[in-house]
Amino acid sequence: MKYKALSKEAVARIEAELPKYPDRRSLTLPALRIAQEDLGYVSEPAMIDIAEILELTPIQVYDVATFYSQYNMKPVGTYLVQVCKTLSCALVGAASIVEHLQKKLGIGIGETTEDGFFTLKVVECLASCGSGPMMQINDRYYEQLTPEKVDQILSDLKEQGKSALATGPFMLPALQGQK
Amino acid sequence: MPKYELVLLKNMAQPGYTGSLEAYRQAGGYAALEKVLKERTPADIIEEVKKSGLRGRGGAGFPTGLKWSFIPKDHKGLKYLCCNADESEPGTYKDRQLIERDPHQMLEGLAICCYAIGAERAYIYIRGEFDLGAEVLENAIQEAYRANLFGKDLFGSGVNVDVSVHRGAGAYICGEETALLESIEGKRGKPRIKPPFPAIHGLYQEPTVINNVETLANLPHIINRGAEWFASIGIGKSTGTRVFSVSGHVKRPGNYEVPMGVTLREMIYDIAGGMRGDKPLKAFIPGGASAPMMKPEHLDIPLDFESIKEAGSMLGSGGITVMEEETCIVWAAMNLMEFFHHESCGQCTPCREGSGWVLQILHRIEQGHGREGDIEQLENLCRRIEGKTVCAFGEAEVGPILSSIKHFRAEYEQHIREKCCPFHPNATLSMVH
Repeated sequence: MKYKALSKEAVARIEAELPKYPDRRSLTLPALRIAQEDLGYVSEPAMIDIAEILELTPIQVYDVATFYSQYNMKPVGTYLVQVCKTLSCALVGAASIVEHLQKKLGIGIGETTEDGFFTLKVVECLASCGSGPMMQINDRYYEQLTPEKVDQILSDLKEQGKSALATGPFMLPALQGQK
Repeated sequence: MPKYELVLLKNMAQPGYTGSLEAYRQAGGYAALEKVLKERTPADIIEEVKKSGLRGRGGAGFPTGLKWSFIPKDHKGLKYLCCNADESEPGTYKDRQLIERDPHQMLEGLAICCYAIGAERAYIYIRGEFDLGAEVLENAIQEAYRANLFGKDLFGSGVNVDVSVHRGAGAYICGEETALLESIEGKRGKPRIKPPFPAIHGLYQEPTVINNVETLANLPHIINRGAEWFASIGIGKSTGTRVFSVSGHVKRPGNYEVPMGVTLREMIYDIAGGMRGDKPLKAFIPGGASAPMMKPEHLDIPLDFESIKEAGSMLGSGGITVMEEETCIVWAAMNLMEFFHHESCGQCTPCREGSGWVLQILHRIEQGHGREGDIEQLENLCRRIEGKTVCAFGEAEVGPILSSIKHFRAEYEQHIREKCCPFHPNATLSMVH
C-alpha cells in the first residue's frame, strides 16, 4: 500500500496499536497523535492515509481531528508554547507570563517566530492549578513560572533542545529536599 | 507531619519513594489483588465496596459498589472497565499526582475492579496533555505485565485482565463518562443520551464501568483494611479520605488528603497555610469550576458531599480555588465562562449558543459597556441552559455565573453603573485563543 504523507515508521506504529482494540476506528485518536509526531501537524494527506489504514472515510478522520484541541491543523514551531489561562493560573499571574512571552518572542498569540522555533498559544486548564502560572512546551510542563524562569527555559530549549526546569513526577507541596 | 493519617498519599510521602513496582510491593502493594483472587468472590468484593460507602471521586459522587452492581451478571459477551484519568476540571490536579507518583496503586485498584465486575479488558483514558503521566503509566503497566500482575491467569486464579492506556487529545468534555466512551471508539467526544446507561450499553455497546483514578486507588486499601475501617473515616454518607487540590490565593497550594468532613476553614486557613499576604478572603469554589462559588460565611461548612450540596454548591472533583478580596468576581466568572464556551462540545443548542451569549454579556460588563437589564438577561439565559442539555455540562457552566450573581450582585451592578471594572479600569482582559 502506498501512503501519501505518513512515513513507514508511523504506519508501523499505528498498526502496532491494532491489537489493543476490537475495531479499527478506535485507532483514530492514536493514529492522529502518531501522524502529528511524524509530521509536526495533521495534514490533509495524513488524514487520508489514516482513513485508508483504518478503513474509514477521510471525513470521519477529519471530523475527529477538528474536534480535539491538541491536533495542529497547520504547521507549528519546533517548540509549541502553551500557557494556561484558566482561573487558578489567571489568579496568580498567567496574563503577565503571556505578556512577557509575547515581548520576548516578538510574536502575538497564535503566531510563530521567524526562525520557526517557537509558536505561542494560550490554552485552557492543564491540571496544574496549584503550581501556576504554568505552560506546556511540547511534551513537558513548566510550572511556578516567573519571567526569569521563562527566559531560562526558552534559552535552554533553543541551545540544548531540553530544559532541566521541566517538571518531573508531580507532587505539591513537594517533599523537602526532593524534586 | 500531616495532621491526618495518609492513605492514598502515604507511599509517595516517604522520601525517596519512586513508585516503581519494587517500591510499591515493598510497601505491601498487590497483596490486596492476590487476596481477592485467591480468597474472595466477585460478589463478595462488590458487597465489601458497598459496605465501605466509597463514592466516585471524579465529581458526581455516585456510590461505587452500586455502580458495579448494575453490570448484568449473566452477560455473555465482553465487559469493560474504563478508568477516567481525563482530569480536566479547572482547579483539580490530584489524579495527576496519584498517577505520576504511585501508578501501581491505581493499577492494583483497577485489577481488583476488573475482577469484581468480570471485565477482562480495561482502558485508562488519560488526558492528552499528560505526556509524563502516560509515560509513567505505560512503564508501570509493562512492569506489571512482566510480573504477571496483568495478563493471563493472575496469581493462578484463571482470571485474565488486560489494560491499555488510551490518550485523549484535548477536550474537557471527554471526562463525561459517555463522551469518554465515544472518544475511545474513535469519535468526537459527544455525550450520549442516557438511558441506556454504560453499565448496560457502554463501550462498544457492552456493559462498562467508568471509575475515576482516585476511586480505583482506594480499592486496595478497602480490601486490606476492611469496609468498616474505611467507613469509620469521614462523616455521614461521605466516607474515606479525599485528596483535595487547593489553588489560588493561598500560601501553600497543594494536594492534601484529609478525612471527608474537615471544614473549609481548616482547609484554607490551616492546611493550606491561609491567605497569601494575609488578605481577606472574598470567595472560593469548593469542587472544581463547575461548582457554584461560595463566600466566607460558608467557611465552617464541612467538606462532604451532603453538607456542600445543602449549602448550594457541590463537592465535585475536590478542586478548591481561593480568591482574595481584590479579585473581580465578574472577571472570574468571565474567565470560567471562556473555559466553558471553549469546551462546549457543540451537540446541544442551549449550551453551544448559550455559552457564547453569556460570555458576550460578561465581556461587555467587564469592559464597562454593560447595560441596564444585563444581569437579568444573564440569569434568564442561564436558566435556559441548565437542565436542557444531554449531559451535566449545562448545569456546570451556569453554576459559576448564577452563584456569582447571587453572592455578588452589587459588584455586577457597580460595573454597569460606573461603566468600568472597579478592579481593572484599563483592562485589556481576556486572552482570546
